[in-house]
Amino acid sequence: MKELVVSKIKDGTVIDHINAGRAPLVLKILGIDVGTDLTVSMAMNVSSSKMGKKDIVKVEGMYISEEKLSKIALISPNATINLIRNYEIERKFKVNPPEVVEEVLKCPNPMCVSNAEREPVRSIFYVKIEENEVSARCHYCGRKIKDLANYIS
Amino acid sequence: MRHLISINDLDREDITYILKRAEEFEDVARGERSLKILEGKILGNLFFEPSTRTRMSFEVAMKRLGGDVVNMTAQEASSIAKGETLADTVRVVSGYCDAIVIRHPLEGAARFAAENSSVPVINAGDGAGQHPTQTLLDLYTIKKECGKLDGITIALVGDLKYSRTIHSLIKALTLFETKIYLVSPDALALPDEMLEEIGGDVSRARLDEVIEEVDVLYVTRIQKERFPDEEEYRKVSGSYRITLNTIKNAKDSMIIMHPLPRVDEVDPAVDKTRHAKYFQQAFYGVPVRMAILSEVML
Ligand SMILES: Nc1ncnc2c1ncn2[C@@H]1O[C@H](COP(=O)(O)OP(=O)(O)OP(=O)(O)O)[C@@H](O)[C@H]1O
Ligand SMILES: [Mg+2]
Ligand SMILES: [Zn+2]
Repeated sequence: MKELVVSKIKDGTVIDHINAGRAPLVLKILGIDVGTDLTVSMAMNVSSSKMGKKDIVKVEGMYISEEKLSKIALISPNATINLIRNYEIERKFKVNPPEVVEEVLKCPNPMCVSNAEREPVRSIFYVKIEENEVSARCHYCGRKIKDLANYIS
Repeated sequence: MRHLISINDLDREDITYILKRAEEFEDVARGERSLKILEGKILGNLFFEPSTRTRMSFEVAMKRLGGDVVNMTAQEASSIAKGETLADTVRVVSGYCDAIVIRHPLEGAARFAAENSSVPVINAGDGAGQHPTQTLLDLYTIKKECGKLDGITIALVGDLKYSRTIHSLIKALTLFETKIYLVSPDALALPDEMLEEIGGDVSRARLDEVIEEVDVLYVTRIQKERFPDEEEYRKVSGSYRITLNTIKNAKDSMIIMHPLPRVDEVDPAVDKTRHAKYFQQAFYGVPVRMAILSEVML
């Protein structure tokens, strides 16, 4: 019998195998913050046979779009998504990072036009995966970043 | 619509094409032949940072081809900057003219300008970022003065760490079969990550070891601001200064280039030698910019 760290949900999205400690960033990427009225539960640093430790996020009553979910791969390339319908897993899939991400990462270059305060500019990064490591390059200044979790805006 | 934002947007074929076009404009650039193909066209110069050479050579290129130029100077820009966004300035100015040349202190500003412009945008320097027309005129100079790009050996001398001119030039040179030597003080060496990223035949060297072999000596300015104290700066810059003695073992056909302005990286005594090509290089900025202007506007 499997143990559930948090209670079962009837319908919704379970994001499993999140890199330990990054569940709050996952919520941030999904745009779920203080003001939300969704029922959300989050478990951090639970033990996992595959990953040692992992985080889990469960969002009730909502199927999160694949486009949004793909952004999770930027910081947790091993995350799995479980879409739950009527308490059962209807679909399970791994996240794949998008090739281009807009408005998720913040360029660390202070002289980059994407950081200009009053300009109507969107952050745009081109994502690359090499040897299981995710990196991204700024569309404007060309700066390459790794450890993307440090640059979630 | 075609913009020219980064040398990285161009492949070998694009570069070869622009250089070939530039050659066709050389006599027009010298005023020996009249060719008014840009008559009725207006270029908008948006210089948010001061520039003499780049701005003037764009202006000359445009006028030699029968076109006209409107200028916004750095001083005007600074007063605009307080009230208006770059995006708005570009939207307005692109309504006034047929192409825009922009220089701006922020990296990526030219790309952002292009995204907000209804006419082609040419990057004339975006901070520490890109300056593609400089790279193209450098390549043109090598091609004209050495007769080729494939097969040349070039030593890049001076500030290889901060110089955007050098960074763009290296990338472009590796599109051709070139051998590149990097000659700099340790403190101003090409960053390792950049060295890793560029493919091709690139290695660090001392000038006296390679001077007999090189076809091109490309010298850049070592800036005082990069050093903790005056004495250190003097010592380093002194040892990277090009004098008659430094080049005594060079090939007859070896050329010396410099993006200018120079301070004292090249001894004026060198100017009189057949090697000195930096003023010629500055002139070549005109036909190269003619080729670019006609390409984006016609
Ligand atoms: N109805 C539900 N409500 C809440 N969470 C659920 C529900 N059903 C499954 N889960 C959670 O979804 C995740 C995947 O469940 P599953 O039963 O497929 O586990 P698994 O066999 O370990 O799969 P995996 O190989 O993806 O780790 C687990 O974290 C589980 O707790
Ligand atoms: Mg499991
Ligand atoms: Zn950037």
